[in-house]
Amino acid sequence: MTSPALSLSGSASIGGEQVFAPLVFTVPAGQWTCLLGPSGVGKSTILRLFAGLDDGITFDGQITTSNDLPFKGRVSLMAQSDLLMPWLDLPENVCLGARLRGESADLTRACHLLTQVGLSDHLDKRPTALSGGQRQRVALARTLMEDRPIVLLDEPFSALDAKSRAQMQNLAADLLTGRTVLHVTHDTAEAARLADQVLLMGANGITCPTPPQTHPPRAFDAPETQGFDGYLLRLMLEAT
Amino acid sequence: MTRVLRITGVTLFAVILWQALVSATGLPRFILPAPTLVFDTLWKSRALIAQHALVTGTEVLLGLLIGAALGFGTALLLAASHLARAVLRPMLVFSQAVPVFALAPILTLWLGYGLWSKIAMALLIIYFPVTSAFFDALMRTPTGWLELAKVMGSTPLRMLWRIQVPAAMPGFASGLRLAAVYAPIGAIIGEWVGASQGLGYLMLLANGRAKTDLMFAALIALAVLTLVLHAAVDRLCRRWDR
Repeated sequence: MTSPALSLSGSASIGGEQVFAPLVFTVPAGQWTCLLGPSGVGKSTILRLFAGLDDGITFDGQITTSNDLPFKGRVSLMAQSDLLMPWLDLPENVCLGARLRGESADLTRACHLLTQVGLSDHLDKRPTALSGGQRQRVALARTLMEDRPIVLLDEPFSALDAKSRAQMQNLAADLLTGRTVLHVTHDTAEAARLADQVLLMGANGITCPTPPQTHPPRAFDAPETQGFDGYLLRLMLEAT
Repeated sequence: MTRVLRITGVTLFAVILWQALVSATGLPRFILPAPTLVFDTLWKSRALIAQHALVTGTEVLLGLLIGAALGFGTALLLAASHLARAVLRPMLVFSQAVPVFALAPILTLWLGYGLWSKIAMALLIIYFPVTSAFFDALMRTPTGWLELAKVMGSTPLRMLWRIQVPAAMPGFASGLRLAAVYAPIGAIIGEWVGASQGLGYLMLLANGRAKTDLMFAALIALAVLTLVLHAAVDRLCRRWDR
């Protein structure tokens, strides 16, 4: 699996109203990029464009991958809501993609991935029997099962409590290593922990503040993480 | 247990009230028979009532099964195809402007005095509620699930079958619960218009001979039949509730 870099140049509008003015940026190959910005700035629209969920969005520009292969079939999505199917048990939820494509489902691998995300004691359960943090772990296992080079994360940890969030950040950073990750978030502390690259989106376009040299996931109480978090927050406040 | 006690209590209270009304007003038995007389008739004519109840039960059950299956299929077709929605939906809504009861004589004319005209009545009366409840539920599938399926590379048909249908089963279940109560109404109307057996026919027959106690006994049998059917359908539907 070769994870490509992603590029976007252009502007978007919905229903005639501009969502973002012309932008140019690149998401580096095989790295974790956090797309940070206040609400309403168009972060989710960018993610939807990469995901191919562009119904209703008028995009004037170009979206490309560095190896010129199409996005279709090479992207997986993890949203803020876990989007688990309540009528399926956990392994079947993890195998949903294969079922929807008419492929045979590898339940053994699904169970292995569920074990990897720490849910080996819950394999026969349904999502309703799990906590919010556990459900998001299943969603991560489902994302891993898809085994796509490009992973789009739409604030997947924002609804979790502080402890579950920190655990999920570590787990995701570990398990998604090597893939091109575009992570939309409005949480500066999260970006400071996880990002190889930060794209800070404001009303005046995109800037790329340089993260600390240490390897993500950074310790949340490390001075460089906290310093970068504060710096990002100040940039966000200045930008709005 | 509390539920059973409550239902028994309410039923007992209604029977006592009924008996008190008859005793206080002295109404003749052909206007309002006493509950004691009705239960006596119910016991003595149990074979006759059971025989007619079996016919009505068959009509209701077959009407329910076929109507539910047709409703399920129509809702699926409507959800799957824009063309079907454009063509069928206005027709379905328009068909509701015709009172189903008014169709009973025509159905009897076309399908005869036997079971099928009553099955058709029961079927017609439940078809729209089942179709409508299931279709609405199919169209209300959370957008997030559909978008996830799209990113995963699902075909529209697999998305319908693996996500929209299971997600809409609670809606289908509520349509089915309504249908379990409506279907007996359809069958009885059908029997009133023209039949030689069934609880509706028995009620008309008893009415014509001023056997009001038998009419009431048949009515009680019908109510029990409807309640049992509703309880059975409710039990079946619980697996789809979330």
